[in-house]
Amino acid sequence: MTKPLKRPPKKDPQKRTDSPTLPPFARSRKAIAFTTMAAEGRFALQVCSECKHISYPPREICPKCWSMDLQWQDIENGGKLISETVLRTSVNTYFRERMPWRVGTIKLDAGPTVLAHIHGDVGEFERVRLIARTDKSGQGVIMALPEKETPNMADDRQLRALTCDPKYRRALVTDGRTELGQCMAKALSNAGATRIFVGIAEDWRPYEGSDELAAIPGVEIMPLDVTDTISVNELAAEMGDKADILVNTAEYIRPGSPLDRHGVTLARDEMETNYFGLLRLMQAFGHVMRSRGADRDNSACAWVNLLSVYALSNWPVYGTTSASQAAALSLSQSLRGDFSGSGVKVINVLFGPLEESWRQPLPPPKVTPQRLADTVINALQEGIENVTLGPVAEDVVRRYRQDPFVLERELTQLQMGMGV
Amino acid sequence: MSENNALEILTGALTAGQIDTVDLTHTLDPDFPVIVLPPEFGQCARFRVEEVSRYDERGPAWYWRNFTCSEHTGTHFDAPIHWVSGKDLPNSSVDSIPTDAFVRPVCVLDCSKESAKDEDFLLTPKFIKNWEKVHGDVPGGAWVLMRTDWSKRSGAEYLNMREDGAHTPGPTGDAINYLIETRNIIGFGTETVGTDAGQSTHLSPPYPAHYLLHGANRYGLQCLANLDLLPATGAILVCPPLKIKNGSGSPLRVLALVARNTV
Repeated sequence: MTKPLKRPPKKDPQKRTDSPTLPPFARSRKAIAFTTMAAEGRFALQVCSECKHISYPPREICPKCWSMDLQWQDIENGGKLISETVLRTSVNTYFRERMPWRVGTIKLDAGPTVLAHIHGDVGEFERVRLIARTDKSGQGVIMALPEKETPNMADDRQLRALTCDPKYRRALVTDGRTELGQCMAKALSNAGATRIFVGIAEDWRPYEGSDELAAIPGVEIMPLDVTDTISVNELAAEMGDKADILVNTAEYIRPGSPLDRHGVTLARDEMETNYFGLLRLMQAFGHVMRSRGADRDNSACAWVNLLSVYALSNWPVYGTTSASQAAALSLSQSLRGDFSGSGVKVINVLFGPLEESWRQPLPPPKVTPQRLADTVINALQEGIENVTLGPVAEDVVRRYRQDPFVLERELTQLQMGMGV
Repeated sequence: MSENNALEILTGALTAGQIDTVDLTHTLDPDFPVIVLPPEFGQCARFRVEEVSRYDERGPAWYWRNFTCSEHTGTHFDAPIHWVSGKDLPNSSVDSIPTDAFVRPVCVLDCSKESAKDEDFLLTPKFIKNWEKVHGDVPGGAWVLMRTDWSKRSGAEYLNMREDGAHTPGPTGDAINYLIETRNIIGFGTETVGTDAGQSTHLSPPYPAHYLLHGANRYGLQCLANLDLLPATGAILVCPPLKIKNGSGSPLRVLALVARNTV
């Protein structure tokens, strides 16, 4: 079993906060494909289309038959630990600070032998299951976990370096006025977050669920309106150095395409929340978060964006909202650039129609706010950066991968909208 | 008395400190409540500011900001063109209203006790007539302000919004008709978020202050403060809105000139 993580003590105000240091980040272009899939939580390797040989590490050509046609495929992740080394010295600053560190080689049932980080509960020559995740440098790595769940497994410090586990961390939920925000706060509390700051805009307007929200263990209601720069900056000044996890639940959605709309006022409101709101949060919270990527066991670790899947490709039924979501998605990519090398992950969840009032006329299947909240917790606990949620979103993403231009045609054709 | 003498008396009193300038305005603050309409309608923009520079790389020696808001955010003026009943009237937008409307005598109807007892208190002609028995008739061309002490409320208490809507005091249609037809007032003002009561959508006509005042080319003021510092009669109201082309209203600074020790 893993020694359970202790709640981090209060910070010694005389001690300097460690700067984030990084494990090796250089990767080939082929290996970035591995990282991309690791960011989705997929364990995939290259398979030769001609001789079916599975390659590891990522290569330009098949080492067996020299074919250049290597395709990434999900691989059975079972295997056996065949050798291990405990690093006790390293020229790499990241590992020097974290000695000792287990690495080893795993013989996969699927064939290849791979190099991996080893969970503390894996015994010599035991069977393991492999996961691919992004590490603190944002690159894909493999970790070998015990085949079966062990007590306190998530607290293993090598595993925790790959995840954004809410346990003993402090989180900010940017909008608690909605069912989604309230489910999110509750889920973070259940997942062991010690403090959950929940933003409430315009407390001069009552909202459903306010009493229940305030009663969730760890929840602290804070004034926050993402459309108001002063409000965002004031909250960041108050608790920005305690935002280990930020979940942006603020959303503004209205049906209508450009021609359904009369003027730009609503579209502006959408941008104020969905785009400028995100930008304000980034400018207010981003600097301190990225400086705290290595701040002990409750370091800053994740910025979570919840985005409609129509951020990928516009659905005219919610045309201008889709456009503002696309702007937000683009901005989140830019934040990935800003956070690169900080050890703080940007997690994007692309979801299909939510079960909430502005999407009320849409047919099922829909995603409940509870399910979205649970999915965020899972992504944090697993350290997954790109998540697609719900059958509609999965379908859109699948078609987007096949051909974004075909998807655009399909979504914008007459009558196609409501069936999606 | 000639016009020049009147001004001399006024300036003399001002410089001698015999006149208080009372500010009837709430600070424009992003968190100040605005009227909330059913969500499928367009909404009143909140007051917002964004820095352009603050003695920094964006402008090393100067601080300035852009602000945005609705024509009906904060303490604000309603022009007749704001309402459908006033849409075709002449000189009915803030830029075209004759400026003498902005400096007028003001009467204050103290409904604070009634509003404390009943948050849905409605001002009636009877109430006004009783007030006139004490203070004399409302003079023609005056502003009439309804004091409720609502401006002393803050947060959720101010809009007092419940599942069946807002609960705040305001006038009946009969009271507004009396003030317009019998007393020929220039405008009517309140401390609440609108000139009408919170439940006025259920009155007939709905929103009687808006409908009747603006239909008669009269003006509105709302979100006023400090009405408890004004005498029932004898003060002068100063309330020029911004000169916005075709403006339906405007946030503004509202002042009252009050002879010292008259309250």
